[in-house]
Amino acid sequence: MTPSPPEVEIVDFSKRFGAVQALHAVSVRFTAGRMHALLGENGAGKSTLVKCLMGYYQADAGRILVDGQARAIAHPYDAHALGLGMVYQHFTLVPQMSVAENFVLGRERLPAVLDWAAEHAALREFMARMPFRLDLRRLVATLAAGEKQKLEILKQLYLGRQFLVLDEPTSVLTPDEADEVLGEMRRLADAGELTVILITHKLREVMEFAQDVTILRGGKVVARIDVADASEQCLAAMMFGQRDTAKPELASRAGPSANYLEIEHLHALGDRGTTAVAGASLAVRSGEIVGIAGVSGNGQKELVEVLAGQREAESGSLRVAGRAFNGTRRELKQYGVSLLTEEPLANAAVRSMSVMENLSLRQFDQPPLARGRFVLNRRAMRPFAEDLIRRYGIRTASLFARLDTLSGGNIQRTVLARELSRDVRLLIMQNPCVGLDAAAVAEIRGQIMRARERGAAILLISEDLDEILDLSDRVLVMAAGRISHETDRASADRYEIGRHMAQGRLSA
Amino acid sequence: MSSTLDLGWWGVVLAIIAGAIRVSTPYLLVSLGETLTEKSGRVNLGLEGTLVLGAMSGFATSYLTGSPWLGLLAAGISGAAMGLLHALICNLPRVNDIAVGIALFIFGIGLAFYLGKPFIEPRAPMLPALPLGSWSHHPAIRSAFDVSPLFFIGIALALALEWGMKNTRWGLILRMAGDSADAARAIGRSVERIRTYATMAGGFLSGVGGGFLSLFYPGNWNEGLSSGQGLMAVALVIFARWSPVRCFYASLLFGGASAIGPAVQTVGITEGYYLFYAAPYALTLALLIYSSSPTQALAGAPNELSISR
Repeated sequence: MTPSPPEVEIVDFSKRFGAVQALHAVSVRFTAGRMHALLGENGAGKSTLVKCLMGYYQADAGRILVDGQARAIAHPYDAHALGLGMVYQHFTLVPQMSVAENFVLGRERLPAVLDWAAEHAALREFMARMPFRLDLRRLVATLAAGEKQKLEILKQLYLGRQFLVLDEPTSVLTPDEADEVLGEMRRLADAGELTVILITHKLREVMEFAQDVTILRGGKVVARIDVADASEQCLAAMMFGQRDTAKPELASRAGPSANYLEIEHLHALGDRGTTAVAGASLAVRSGEIVGIAGVSGNGQKELVEVLAGQREAESGSLRVAGRAFNGTRRELKQYGVSLLTEEPLANAAVRSMSVMENLSLRQFDQPPLARGRFVLNRRAMRPFAEDLIRRYGIRTASLFARLDTLSGGNIQRTVLARELSRDVRLLIMQNPCVGLDAAAVAEIRGQIMRARERGAAILLISEDLDEILDLSDRVLVMAAGRISHETDRASADRYEIGRHMAQGRLSA
Repeated sequence: MSSTLDLGWWGVVLAIIAGAIRVSTPYLLVSLGETLTEKSGRVNLGLEGTLVLGAMSGFATSYLTGSPWLGLLAAGISGAAMGLLHALICNLPRVNDIAVGIALFIFGIGLAFYLGKPFIEPRAPMLPALPLGSWSHHPAIRSAFDVSPLFFIGIALALALEWGMKNTRWGLILRMAGDSADAARAIGRSVERIRTYATMAGGFLSGVGGGFLSLFYPGNWNEGLSSGQGLMAVALVIFARWSPVRCFYASLLFGGASAIGPAVQTVGITEGYYLFYAAPYALTLALLIYSSSPTQALAGAPNELSISR
């Protein structure tokens, strides 16, 4: 790469969304050829800041200086022309196209007719110089999440970007993959080929890979420091403010109890008709939390759907309290099974119904919420819903507001409140804290722990390894549709778990 | 009729082959158009209306100007206009493309019937046929192999689209819009604009397919001209898994099925032949049942399509 990477400076950026001031006069200077971390919790303004820089949003006030000159960036095109590129948290690859096609698509000027022989030759030559290799002919839909992340980064380098923003790049990677990707980015920065902006909330990544760190909290810059002068504790203190950051301590369980959920040799197909769950076996006892770690697309979604009665198992047995379980509504009630599936707005709630109606979905057909078998008792629903809204701190304009007018965290709380509103003996949760701010995460984790103390068997399926390690009594790893590893809390090692997560992936 | 009887059951085979070639042409044109539209991420269910409007405007223009080729062009333009209307309505926020398609289906047919009233009686200049059966002295064979040039244009188009989807700039951009609107937006492409062009192109081809109905087969304009070819072509696209070349094979299959009824009638079977007229509809149903599954998503479907989500 010929010219040196640009030096970019943001001066007094402000941005307001409705009633929320997302950025207050934020100034950051990104020194060329360094790896710079933007650290902050969800909602601190990290993504907003870089999206304003990339021309995705327009800042209400502020200037951008590139190599000392003021530049207007009104559109992502303008940012690209200056050599600024970004890898988004949600992949922007085209799944039904090959790796080579995805590379070529991003170019500003495409020839009317493509000479694929020449394109492939040029791409192979480019790939030979790159830290990661990918098969150019593979369909992107068949790549694992880690490979997709690498392709996103390679695509930016192929397009000649020398200032690269990575938005939470490791959330879908195993620890080994994360180290590899970040290590290579740091190497490119050290070689003077690239300026890297790493957006993250993981302190470990900042300490190990970044050189400079800017900490954002509530849309303001709280500190700009050299990582060499920082410690993990001081970064955490600045990131969270004065709040308690201690991890929840697990109270030891009262003696061994019987298995409440038993799954044996479960097989199930995915949406594309290929095997998704391939002989998974596991058991959860009452009063324990079993965490299933794994990279998404390894059968977790299908496993939850089988447990919820939304997908038929091909073979294998499913037993709750020692008896066969098919996930019917009657069985869910009889055995006290509650489910918090991922993306509850899409999968476990009715967006156009009111908060009150959504809270009543588990019990609307039985007294006191129903009179007889057919008529709802809306008068009884009101105090029932008001009670849950108060106890779970659901912030809503009214009982009758449509569910989709609530924020993500409040939708999550609503579904959780509904699921915990009756006697819970088995709680199944998938990615319960994705996209929530720190306060909501702490609260939902607290609810999980309280359910455990009440003696519920809890199956926690999450892509966030830290969450699994924080909460679980036992940790299982799901890879290629089966349970590939099991360890207890005391001996859990994140790298060991990560290696099992990376094994034998199914294609998405 | 007597010459067909001379050929015996071979006459049935011949009639089915001839029918497959003739009837497949509108299927092919409409399904290629719908493939284009669906590859961009939208479903246009209004193509039956577009087809009928194309048939009417093609016939009327041919009658008024004396040129069937101008008629065909007019058919295409009216189809593109219908496509543009569909696209513009769907570009509005929170509009469902399926519902708009059904509305335009009814609108197109109604408009064609209203404007087409004066053209039901007269004869208009027809499209010429290529006499590929001239080697034979048998009149049945000669008439069976009077093939419309549009059939070959359709084949060429299918091959060109299959190649173009992979090897040209617009092919890549079209597939990107249909597969990941986020990806298209991230590199600064307007998904709405791509889909608008794709729906217009799809409408143009469907209109031309309609022009074929009134200007070649059966060669007049009446209100019972189309028997659901425009709708069946949409099913055919799903069966062909969004591949232009497979659309051609599927069109031949549907064309052949449509020709079974008339063919058995010509050999003098007078009872129950009307059951064979239902063959294309039964085939549509059978194929859709065959290609759907409660546990499996459709392979090859563009991800942005409302039926894939």
